Amino acid sequence: MGEIAFQFLTPWADGWFGALWPTVWLTLWTLAKIVAIVLPLMLGVAYLTYAERKVIGYMQVRLGPNRVGPQGLLQPIADALKLLFKEVVVPSGANRRLFILAPMLSLAPALAVWAVVPFSDAMILADVDAGLLYLLAIGSLGVYGVVLAGWASNSKYAFLGAMRASAQIVSYEIAMGFALVAVVMVSGSLKLSAIVASQQTGMGAALGMNFLSWHWLPLFPLFLVYFISGVAETNRAPFDVAEGESEIVAGFHVDYSGMAFALFFLAEYAEMILIAVLTSLLFLGGWSSPLGMFPDGVFWLLAKSCLMLFFFLWFRATFPRYRYDQIMRLGWKVFIPLTVFWLFVVAIWMLTPWNLWK
Amino acid sequence: MREIRNYTINFGPQHPAAHGVLRLILEMDGEVIERADPHIGLLHRATEKLVETRAWAQALPYMDRLDYVSMMCNEHAYCLAVEKLLGVEVPERARYIRTMFDEVTRLLNHLLWVGCHALDVGAMTMALYTFREREDLMDAYEAVSGARMHAAYYRIGGVSRDLPEKMPQYEESRWKNARQVREMNANRQGSLLDFLEDFTERFPKCHSEYHTLLTDNRIWKQRLVDIGVVSPERARQLGFTGAMLRASGVEWDLRKKQPYAAYERMEFDVPVGTRGDSYDRYLVRMEEMAQSNRIIRQCIDWLRAHPGAVISDNHKITPPPREAISSNMEALIHHFKLFSEGIQVPEGEVYAAIEHPKGEMGVYAISDGANKPYRLKIRAPGFAHLAAMDEMARGHMLADVVTIIGSQDVVFGEIDR
Repeated sequence: MGEIAFQFLTPWADGWFGALWPTVWLTLWTLAKIVAIVLPLMLGVAYLTYAERKVIGYMQVRLGPNRVGPQGLLQPIADALKLLFKEVVVPSGANRRLFILAPMLSLAPALAVWAVVPFSDAMILADVDAGLLYLLAIGSLGVYGVVLAGWASNSKYAFLGAMRASAQIVSYEIAMGFALVAVVMVSGSLKLSAIVASQQTGMGAALGMNFLSWHWLPLFPLFLVYFISGVAETNRAPFDVAEGESEIVAGFHVDYSGMAFALFFLAEYAEMILIAVLTSLLFLGGWSSPLGMFPDGVFWLLAKSCLMLFFFLWFRATFPRYRYDQIMRLGWKVFIPLTVFWLFVVAIWMLTPWNLWK
Repeated sequence: MREIRNYTINFGPQHPAAHGVLRLILEMDGEVIERADPHIGLLHRATEKLVETRAWAQALPYMDRLDYVSMMCNEHAYCLAVEKLLGVEVPERARYIRTMFDEVTRLLNHLLWVGCHALDVGAMTMALYTFREREDLMDAYEAVSGARMHAAYYRIGGVSRDLPEKMPQYEESRWKNARQVREMNANRQGSLLDFLEDFTERFPKCHSEYHTLLTDNRIWKQRLVDIGVVSPERARQLGFTGAMLRASGVEWDLRKKQPYAAYERMEFDVPVGTRGDSYDRYLVRMEEMAQSNRIIRQCIDWLRAHPGAVISDNHKITPPPREAISSNMEALIHHFKLFSEGIQVPEGEVYAAIEHPKGEMGVYAISDGANKPYRLKIRAPGFAHLAAMDEMARGHMLADVVTIIGSQDVVFGEIDR
């Protein structure tokens, strides 16, 4: 599509830009692609909040939002408008510069990671060779926003929240990383599109049962660890100690209001969607269809991600919150040993004649 | 070298887990509590002093507002004390009605408690489930007294009126069409007793839902087991009563040990804990709900079969029937004296206590023979429980303080009075 547009525009754009035209074109085209990713993402975030309130509402024998628009469908828009028009109050004791910087620092990585996420064979902004490394690197930057927010607010509750968040994210990064190492081992690539492609071949796929050759089955413990670590990374229930509202009120963002708060909110939900999409890509075959008789397509990725997102909401409605030290224990004493052990199992498996991933 | 200080946090009074207006000064070493210092008095309304300036019967509505989640039980304690001073006999039907509503109140209290406790620990769905059942019990309150919370239904000498034959109904609105309203009103077609009977049949299923959500939940157990342990000896020394004492393994229930109302004729078990931790307190209260349901059921059966008076016919104490006033001179005099001057209570002092959902709720009253109390002292169970906060929380983490407050089941209406 880019090629066609380029050729179509070249005859008259040459007159204005001359020799610079190919560079200008590349910039414009990349910007267009970024907008094409961020806009649906923001819409997705807005309606994820709506879905969350509706789903949890039904789980809790109540209705959820139903006043703004038909079935309450305009509620997220109303919420966004309200937050936009509210004043961003900076507490007098706060470090003003860091206080303003923190929400941006939290949102920027949450958006930047989407650059390497493939949506189908052709739909990808940057098909980087070390895409997975980039994901891990940028993904863990988000915690700086949280830590800075807690520090800059100069509030005891916020400070405790920031401490908890940093400790938690550091420990779950490791389990998450180890889980991904196994994925890289069996796929033989750090490139996300190659990881998806590697799940489209195998015994199951040959029989038309694609879902049997996806990574979730042989790497089942890692699949669970990755997803649960993802829940912990995004600070969602039952791992929401960083903002545990009944303990430290709202944790790191207790002093934020208006758009500054909205940015944290956007970042949290964008990361939720990211974890859901990544789980689908790395373990659930991405855009490949579960049965050979259906065509592959971005639709499948969407459906799988929605399923994972539903789990996020379900967890929140069901589980009590872990205590801070119990989260640490789960991370260090259960998940990390488990992933290391399974890593060895997979490594040995790959050296035996029964290697599934030749 | 700089001095190392503990991190001090001002927990409350505006805090979502402070259950009203608890202000807790927490001295912490990182996340670990070194000292917890509860400050009370932010909801002090001088109930005891106010009562000294009111006629005996006028003090009753103040009792509702003490522990504002178990209203009728507070009234019961007050009525018992005054009745003991007066030496008045309460009709049997009134005693059964009181027993039934005490247990309805216990359910109201425990349902709110388990919902809020779970909410504090992070399981928010629980609160909405228990409020669904609370709604029905609130409707029972409304049917019998006209008020959903501050019922003022008990009277010195009985209860204000007999159980109603009709339940209030839902009405159609913009949000509820005729079909939905009919469904919602389906169990409200008969009398209050029919409605409550229907409730007692539904409740065990709801109760097992709560168990499914929480009791064997690993996270719930991790958060509650071995948190805030109190030994039986210590529990007695600290003045614990009610579920707090029973969870520590002391079998003590005023309904069994000093039966009042119709409790000596009720069949029910008293659950007792073994470890004295938050999880035991949770289990004890959960089982108490099942027992309350049993007692309500027994009361319903008895009340159906035994109509009769619900308030004493000693009209020196209770108002005479309205129609008697226009035909009977004595009734007119009684009516005038009661509503202008109030009850004359003989000189003396008295202590009466009931098994309140939170523990032993006692009323100590001194009368100098006037129409109002000389002094009234209320023994609030929550006060003693909250006083143990420091001991229970020390060495635990910040999140455990929330669990402990939750498992103490404190309400500031009664603690601050």
